[in-house]
Amino acid sequence: MKTYSFNPVELRLLLGSLLAGLFYAHPASAQDDRMIFSRFMAERFEYEGNENLHLFKWDIKHWIGNDDHKLYLKTEGDYSADQDIFGRADLQLLYSRNIDTFWDFQIGARRAFEPERTFDAVIGFQGLAPYFVEVDGAVFITDNGNLLGRLSLGYEMLLTQRLILMPRIEVNVAAEDIENRGVKAGVTEFEAGMRLRYEIEREFAPYVGFDYVEEESLREHHHSVRFVVGMRFWY
Amino acid sequence: MNLSYRRFFILALWLPLLCFGSARAGTYTLTIDEKAVNLTGKPQTAIVANGSLPAPTLHWREGEEVTLNVVNRLKEPTSIHWHGIVLPYRMDGVPGISFAGIEPGKIFTYRFRVKQNGTYWYHGHSGMQEQQGLFGALVIEPAHPHRPTERDYVLLLSDWPEADPERTLARLKKQSDYYNFQKRTVANLFTDLRERGVSETINDRLAWGQMRMEPTDLADVTGATYHFLVNGHTPAMDWAALFSPGDRVRLRIVNASAMTHFDVRIPGLKMRVIEADGQPVMPVDVEELRIAVAETYDVLVEPEADRAYRIFAEAMDRSGFASATLTPKIGLQAELPKMRPHTLLTLADMGPMHVGHGAHAEHQAAVPNDNGLDQPPHADHADHTGHQRHPRPASVPHAEAPAMGSYKALDYRHLMAAAPNRGWRQPDREIRLRLTGNMYRYIWSFDDVKYSDSEPIRVKFGEHIRFTYVNETMMNHPIHLHGLWQYLDNGNGAFNPKKHVINVPPGQTVSVIVIADAEGEWAFHCHLLYHMDTGMFRKLIVEKAEHVRE
Repeated sequence: MKTYSFNPVELRLLLGSLLAGLFYAHPASAQDDRMIFSRFMAERFEYEGNENLHLFKWDIKHWIGNDDHKLYLKTEGDYSADQDIFGRADLQLLYSRNIDTFWDFQIGARRAFEPERTFDAVIGFQGLAPYFVEVDGAVFITDNGNLLGRLSLGYEMLLTQRLILMPRIEVNVAAEDIENRGVKAGVTEFEAGMRLRYEIEREFAPYVGFDYVEEESLREHHHSVRFVVGMRFWY
Repeated sequence: MNLSYRRFFILALWLPLLCFGSARAGTYTLTIDEKAVNLTGKPQTAIVANGSLPAPTLHWREGEEVTLNVVNRLKEPTSIHWHGIVLPYRMDGVPGISFAGIEPGKIFTYRFRVKQNGTYWYHGHSGMQEQQGLFGALVIEPAHPHRPTERDYVLLLSDWPEADPERTLARLKKQSDYYNFQKRTVANLFTDLRERGVSETINDRLAWGQMRMEPTDLADVTGATYHFLVNGHTPAMDWAALFSPGDRVRLRIVNASAMTHFDVRIPGLKMRVIEADGQPVMPVDVEELRIAVAETYDVLVEPEADRAYRIFAEAMDRSGFASATLTPKIGLQAELPKMRPHTLLTLADMGPMHVGHGAHAEHQAAVPNDNGLDQPPHADHADHTGHQRHPRPASVPHAEAPAMGSYKALDYRHLMAAAPNRGWRQPDREIRLRLTGNMYRYIWSFDDVKYSDSEPIRVKFGEHIRFTYVNETMMNHPIHLHGLWQYLDNGNGAFNPKKHVINVPPGQTVSVIVIADAEGEWAFHCHLLYHMDTGMFRKLIVEKAEHVRE
């Protein structure tokens, strides 16, 4: 059993970036289009589980920057309270460049803390595809030159102005087996789910939903359906 | 020595003026300060002039040499821009363009001769101060007054936000549809399927989906945060104007909003439009008019009945309304009309954006038609041609003139100058300006270039330039040029109306002719505050012709 801890340098980097986002530049005249903004977004902050599984999951993105250049911090992971272990936890630091009306190109690094401490280069893109499909895709290059990929697609359906149904699919793939990470070539994780949220404020929306998850590794294969309850919040 | 002789000479010239016409040299002081207000049910801070929200209405006289001392009691720089006023550019009041702005604790003295008359307004041009209450009306008496109307009122329309405007902008940058609570839902999909049929509904949804845009996107900032005001009053506070039955009442309607176009009507009364942007136009009777941000319209109404009338100004996206009462007796109420449902943008509104729809050609018409009236551009002016050849002399008071036509809603095509524009001729060259934006990321621009990345537009003194505005976005853009008139080319030749703001509806193309008759560096921008602030702005330099040759 592993216990989880940030190392102090990484913790400082994370906190420093978050703090920097709290300071906005204020315009002096009425035509200052180079202002810096920031957005903290907890897309998922939830309990997920079924009879055998109890997880706390997070999916947080934070950017700071202007129209063209942004610094992105993304962190995802899950923590099992009854086993006191992290199933997965990583942090990405990315430079994001607006390349088209709806698309950003992103490049940077990912530090995974769990299950293994790994370090990958990241090349990705993020934006809004036609028909309002939100896309976040990335290729991860490991220190051994192995390739991993992640693609997530989301869509928002308005039942009312505040009640929103959001189907989402995420696929993780690997180009080849990676022994030390237990990764098997092919689709390593497939997740399809739906969340129904109610925007009390635009910035604060509790939700319920479910996920179908299929995981494939060198050690095991399993799939499960999980119930989800959580909240989406941003500022 | 030389200098003091010159000073003496100038003083000698000025003395008679000072003696004979004290009314011809008015001195005004505006003290800009913060003030606690409560319009939304919770205390907020407004930026006010002389303690008043909105700022006091200034009354000038044509020909007057005005001196305006603006005192800054704020902790940040401020400025006042005299909107629609023709003046030396150093007096125009745009920080970073025409002067340095007014630092905290400092006084700036604006001094210029008033060369025009009519209804205008003034507002802050620093930060978001205009959105925080720094705006007021300007009423300029003509040099030779004609018979005044029995009643004369200013109706200053505005939008008051619940949040700090910086926060509003930050929200738009993070989520550009933050304030749109009128989006299409699944229920609308079923209604459409029933009413329009499966294939049309699906094609429509796919077309909008492909563009990643919403047909309900009529306004970026809406009644979700805005309270709409008349002269600083909410509908509940009900600002009232008095009349006696039979009076001719002149209403000077000014849209001092940061972001809101209004549809104005007075149920039970026809409005006779007599001036647009301070300039006399051939009178037109309408039941309703759309007033874009920063425009002004003067209308005459003649209430006959001994009852109250409601002045009703719906926000264009129907997310709220401003209202006031016109009444023979204080306390009398008029029925509050119901707001009408908002219209959806159509694929045709999207013009060039909507590729594959073949809509390009249809939307190259010279004149916008945002009221859905489908007459060909000149059909409704056919009976006016006689007036073009034998125009009314400008000296005939337009208040007396009969209307040139009667329409349900005012359209730019109905506007015709009351007197021919002197020096009207074909323009020397054309500058095409695409009105562009990225709604998804809330970036606005001209020709896809933001202000901070742009070069100034340079024209020569005396040049006549045709500016053709091609709106490639889904929003209306009221284009404001400082210091120079824009002659709207609506097919009336020398009778084309001159305006300081030209609204360009989504997907449309509008041409204006600008006579570069004022030297200097001028601001040129969309008057929607958050569009201007995020990049839909240019500097226009009118250079001396010799200067170019050197």
